[in-house]
Amino acid sequence: MNRRKLIAKTPLHVTILVFAAIWIIPTLGLLITSFRDPTNIAGTGWWTVFPKLFSGGQYSLENYIGVLSGQSLGQSFLNSLIISVPATAISTFIASFAAFGFAWMRFNGRKVLFMLVVGLMVIPLQMTFIPVLPIYKKLQLAGTFPGIWLAHTAYGLPLTTYLVHNFMAGIPKDLFDSASIDGASPFMTFWRIVIPISVPALASVFIFQFLWIWNDLLVALIYLSARPNVAPLTLSIANLVTNRGQDWELLTAAAFVSMALPLVVFFSLQRYFVRGILAGSVKG
Amino acid sequence: MGDHRARPGRLKRIAHSVGLKLIRDPAGAVVRFLERGAPGRLLLRLIRSLVRWFRSVRWRSWSFVAPALLLIGFFLVYPTVVTIARSFFGRGIDLFGPNVEFVGLTNWKYVFTSPIMLTALRNNALWAVLFTGCTVGFGLVLAVMLDRVKYEKFVKSIIFIPAAISGVGVAVIWKFVYAFRPAHIDQIGILNAIVVALGGQPVGWLLERPWVNNILLIVVGIWMWTGFCMVILSAAYKNIPKPLLEAARIDGANEWRVFRNIILPLLAPTAAVVATTMVVQVLKIFDIIYVMTNGNFDTEVIANRMYKEAFLFNNYGRSSAIAVVLLILVVPFMIMNIRRFAKQEGGR
Amino acid sequence: MRKLLISLLVLALVGVAAFAQKVVNVMHGWPGAQAPAFQMIVDAFEAENPDIDVVVEIVGRDRPTILATKLAGGNPPDLTPHPWIGTMRQWADQGVIVDLTDLVDTSEINPALVPIGEYKGGLYGLFIFPNVKSLIWYNPKQFAANGYEIPNTWYELLALSEQILADGGAPFSIGIESGPASGWPGTDWIEDIVLRTAGAEVYDKWVNHEIPWTDPRIKLAFETFGSLFDKGYVLGGPIGALTTNFGDAADPLFLDPPAAFMHHQATFIQGFFNDHFDGLVAGEDYDIFPLPTITPKATPDGSIPLLVSGDVVTVFNKRPEVIKFAQFLTSETAANIWSSELGELSAHVNADPEDFESPITRKAQEMLLNATVSRYDGSDLMPGEIGTGAFWSGVLDYISGIDLDTVLAAIEAAAQDAY
Repeated sequence: MNRRKLIAKTPLHVTILVFAAIWIIPTLGLLITSFRDPTNIAGTGWWTVFPKLFSGGQYSLENYIGVLSGQSLGQSFLNSLIISVPATAISTFIASFAAFGFAWMRFNGRKVLFMLVVGLMVIPLQMTFIPVLPIYKKLQLAGTFPGIWLAHTAYGLPLTTYLVHNFMAGIPKDLFDSASIDGASPFMTFWRIVIPISVPALASVFIFQFLWIWNDLLVALIYLSARPNVAPLTLSIANLVTNRGQDWELLTAAAFVSMALPLVVFFSLQRYFVRGILAGSVKG
Repeated sequence: MGDHRARPGRLKRIAHSVGLKLIRDPAGAVVRFLERGAPGRLLLRLIRSLVRWFRSVRWRSWSFVAPALLLIGFFLVYPTVVTIARSFFGRGIDLFGPNVEFVGLTNWKYVFTSPIMLTALRNNALWAVLFTGCTVGFGLVLAVMLDRVKYEKFVKSIIFIPAAISGVGVAVIWKFVYAFRPAHIDQIGILNAIVVALGGQPVGWLLERPWVNNILLIVVGIWMWTGFCMVILSAAYKNIPKPLLEAARIDGANEWRVFRNIILPLLAPTAAVVATTMVVQVLKIFDIIYVMTNGNFDTEVIANRMYKEAFLFNNYGRSSAIAVVLLILVVPFMIMNIRRFAKQEGGR
Repeated sequence: MRKLLISLLVLALVGVAAFAQKVVNVMHGWPGAQAPAFQMIVDAFEAENPDIDVVVEIVGRDRPTILATKLAGGNPPDLTPHPWIGTMRQWADQGVIVDLTDLVDTSEINPALVPIGEYKGGLYGLFIFPNVKSLIWYNPKQFAANGYEIPNTWYELLALSEQILADGGAPFSIGIESGPASGWPGTDWIEDIVLRTAGAEVYDKWVNHEIPWTDPRIKLAFETFGSLFDKGYVLGGPIGALTTNFGDAADPLFLDPPAAFMHHQATFIQGFFNDHFDGLVAGEDYDIFPLPTITPKATPDGSIPLLVSGDVVTVFNKRPEVIKFAQFLTSETAANIWSSELGELSAHVNADPEDFESPITRKAQEMLLNATVSRYDGSDLMPGEIGTGAFWSGVLDYISGIDLDTVLAAIEAAAQDAY
């Protein structure tokens, strides 16, 4: 039985491993490169380390030291945190309200309005800056953290609302019927029932929203500035690049440094990406 | 002459009676006054429907969406309106300054006739088909398959990692894949290393226009975005009740039929959402092109063109027209979504 | 949690409130070695003017976007050094930058360099960070080992190239890839060749689009550049040039054995290869000679025309403290910091080549002072649509094998539209 199962599952394992291999090769190249010195990087392919994988000498921490000792890296890391954590939290919060409204409340023009919101995803951010900026200046929001929280929240809302809406629209109606029999207001229903069962969906939306804000440079440069006391990590890294044209070795290390936190967030949220509560409670 | 004397009196009387009516029944008086003329009647109808709408509004329903709508209104709708208006004006980077001329449809003519824009539109179409198909397809396959193996989390992390890498990082990574070195020097790009190892000549991958280089850029996009599709689809898949699948299997359905008849229909709404998101990503795809080829060698795309026109060429009018094209292109997909909602809500 | 919130709030407030002093906001695009040197200039200024705080923003790649957006949004920095003369003229036309004519005293700037910042009778840019472009870099040790001599004419250069080729080497290493700015090293070649085959007058007409791109003299310049590829003089051929980053392109000169022998690039390139190879000595391991003249008719006095580039300082707000800082940038103190820290050239009127430590800088500074014909980098003078658009992509297309007439017609079409 077990053996038959194993054979039956072989194509499955092979397919998955092929995907994993293809996906990891470029990243692996980056990882290995980030530990090689510039002359080696420019001279030979990163895969040439394999025949003598564990012999020392071909690796060094120089690149990481170079990146980590770069200008105000600690400050910009902190700035990135100050920008992305509240912005992600606010946008996930507002998006889940809106998604619930669009999915379960009834009002005129709901569908068209919702599609307008979603369709606005396509607006390139660069086109929104020039009209908004003068108003920001007048409101004295330019250059402040609350200012950029608002901007990131708004720019993220179309997609986050869309994704959360898709999940909430799939919640069975029975759940609401029983809640309203108990006399719960829509708000109570939302807070006590909908939010808890939406945690897996909210977690996945949260992680992506966090990523996009974490990796953003342009919005920060426009609404905050490049001043070291507010500029995010992406600026330090971008300046590492332009600066010397193409210092591949520094860039590779920088890519891993900037990736570290999002990956930690992903791993810590992964426990929410499990079989949801709904799966057990619903009849087909 | 008599008329002349009578006129003030009559006016006074009318004024008096109107005044009285206004006091006794103000609304009625205004209504009766307005009903005398066609424009008045139209206005009246408008007011009535507004009032009806105002009464019918469920304010509590609106309170859920209001914060989102306010923010989106300020940061997205307002600039969009400005952009649409600006697309009929000429050069310059300022919005409607003294040096900005009204140019009518000039920008629009450029958008739909210039060779470079036609190339961009073609490339975006190619992106739309290949990128959307592959990201959603792979994401779906991975979401379903990974649920059955013990090392799910590990592989998921691998597929997810590219999403965490910033634009600059992505460009560097793929340089090590597509890099070209002359034949007699060691290759540092893995693709050319394979070609040379198999006895071939190194290829300048990103220069092979128009198909090879575009497809290779799309590969980068797929590599970046499959993780997103997988995570979202996997979350949806995990909401399908397991007993449902077990029951089908016990009934003797093979895995393919379970997938085809049960899993796929249940995942369809999420797949549609993910596909729509990918289409939107394609329309505004910019970073990959900008850092890897900047649209040279026939790899131009709409959003990169828009960027150049605005910020390098100081032609905000043309750039606005290009941005509005994106908006127009997304409309059919939004209509499809509305139809899908109607069906979905009708079914529950 | 509460602590975090409070500290967030405090930080947010600090972001707003830190600017009670008189402030000058400067944005520059030099994140590298130049950043600390510029900061030293700022420090020197602040030491003289304790009541003024100069806040520096460093924005590399995205600077055109940020600057254009902030300018349109009414929120530009006070001052920025930049190489975009063409764009600067558009700004002047739109009235968004300050005419410095009666505000800044330019007597300390090398008089030959002042006109580059002038436009329509006004002064909109102070040219104080110059770079010399028309240089060929070579490795003297390798030249000596192979018995190669520095060519004085284009024909000697071609003969040398034939000799190198016959010896089994590659004469030139060319790298035109530069990420989103790919193509510019090729436009430098074309500009240098136009100056040497058609002369400065034609160059000016060409840059101002008084002659079309399809003009035979312009076509000849493209063809002259293209012939380097046709004759096999370029390491890796067209694909090699198109895929090599400009910053890596000089590296082949320093490999053992060298993969190429000559490289055409401005003074700044020494920063790159010195980064890639340890222990190179200026004058011993690397040296420069000017790209020789080509057609005697184009350069009647026999002198070598010089292509220059670099950054001019443009001012967006005319508050006294901003003007004061702009004035300070033209001072000898500032110029000395810049050239002694970076080995860069000096725009100061009293700059003496003998003061420079590096023989390369000395030579380049002499060229800058002595050139009878010098022109600013044409692609930076043209409107952005051409200078950073059609010209760049035209060079790339041409090298990648597209028919030259098609390429020139495409650039001309864009130019019809842009001028």
